[in-house]
Amino acid sequence: MHISEGILSAPVLATGVLLATVGVAAGLKKMTYENIPRVAVLSSAFFVASLIQIPLGPASVHLVMNGLLGVLMGWMAFPAILVALALQALLFQFGGLTTLGVNLVVMAGPALLAYLLCRPLLKMKGRQYIALAGFGAGMIGSMGAVALLVLALTRSSDSFTSFAWAISAANAPVIIMEGVITMFCLVFLQRVKPELLET
Amino acid sequence: MHLEEFAEGKSFFHLLDPRIKFIAAIPYLFLIAISPGWQSPLMALVFSLWWVIWARLDSRRLLNRLAFVNIFVLMIFLFLPLSQPGEQIRIFGLFSVSREGVLQALAIALKTNAIVLTTIVILGTTEVFSLAHALVHLKFPPKLVQLFFFFYRYISVLHEEYTRLRNAMKIRCFQAGSNLHSYRSLAFLVGMLIVRSHDRSERIYQAMLCRGFKNEFHLVRHFHLHRQDLYFSLIMLASMILIGLIGFGDLLI
Repeated sequence: MHISEGILSAPVLATGVLLATVGVAAGLKKMTYENIPRVAVLSSAFFVASLIQIPLGPASVHLVMNGLLGVLMGWMAFPAILVALALQALLFQFGGLTTLGVNLVVMAGPALLAYLLCRPLLKMKGRQYIALAGFGAGMIGSMGAVALLVLALTRSSDSFTSFAWAISAANAPVIIMEGVITMFCLVFLQRVKPELLET
Repeated sequence: MHLEEFAEGKSFFHLLDPRIKFIAAIPYLFLIAISPGWQSPLMALVFSLWWVIWARLDSRRLLNRLAFVNIFVLMIFLFLPLSQPGEQIRIFGLFSVSREGVLQALAIALKTNAIVLTTIVILGTTEVFSLAHALVHLKFPPKLVQLFFFFYRYISVLHEEYTRLRNAMKIRCFQAGSNLHSYRSLAFLVGMLIVRSHDRSERIYQAMLCRGFKNEFHLVRHFHLHRQDLYFSLIMLASMILIGLIGFGDLLI
């Protein structure tokens, strides 16, 4: 979930901008001009994929798949997610421009973590490791995002605490869904296009 | 997908240099976001409404956008007045909310709407590609802007691809439901989208190389400052000073 404008406090916004800048700088260093089409088109794919509605009981959820994005792109997840967030903020006022830094850290930080923790699993032989890496990446991505979201809200103002917990509870089914979908997706990718998962 | 719906127009705001727009708007937006109290956000909201009318923006589309953004604000109103400790006010004799909570929620509501309207009227009235172009002139990393250009360009292409894949599933009688088969199928759909986008990006890059691409994008058109940019800068400066004084004035006195 993206945080809207006008809610977070100045220190939280500033920290977000700072950390986001560091992340994007690192990502840009890893990204050569050759990489740009691949990263951009993959980022578009994730953007479109986040529009897909996954049915869950009486309702449906939209997935973010930041875990999978992290596993595929590593540090480049930062610029990749930044362009998506910037577009959403400019065109739909979804998320926000002042909260761009915070939202980027919330989404891309766990993506990076998923990369660091789950990518090594992909080198091991055996379908169960791919599935585990996928489920892990999905869970790390979504749990991390919710955790950072709660952190941003509660550090902004104590009165946001109950609101933050409500959001966490509402996101619990989404977290599981992300794990499941990422797992199946990664198994698929490994079978259909293993070079995507090469280091 | 009809994007950039507010960029079509010929008002004062539509004709401004995008570089000036960024330089003026970004600090202003942050100022509203960090202003204490509800008085300066109210002032900012009044300004933004004035500019929106001046820019002759379509009111129905604008209200649609605001409705969407205010869902979040509504949620804040549901939580904050009940959770924030403070002087209690009874509502219809049924439950009580705290005065501080209501004021805080109100401040947030004013801020969110002021920032959103200001963003639309200043940054939404220029085409996205022009905004990105301006960022390069403002010394943003060119690789990042290039990434954005490609990203924006290929959204509609990939959305078509997604529709094609979805139709293929429909033809094979796929119906999404809360079962494992559906989840696996939708996951494969995402995977297929990723695979196709990867292949497409390889072809794109090779096509660019065939046309002599040397890892450099050249900017051909450049922006020029005009008198309206000066007027705009003065208006923004005055607004910033006013809002700063109202919001932080008690700290200075």
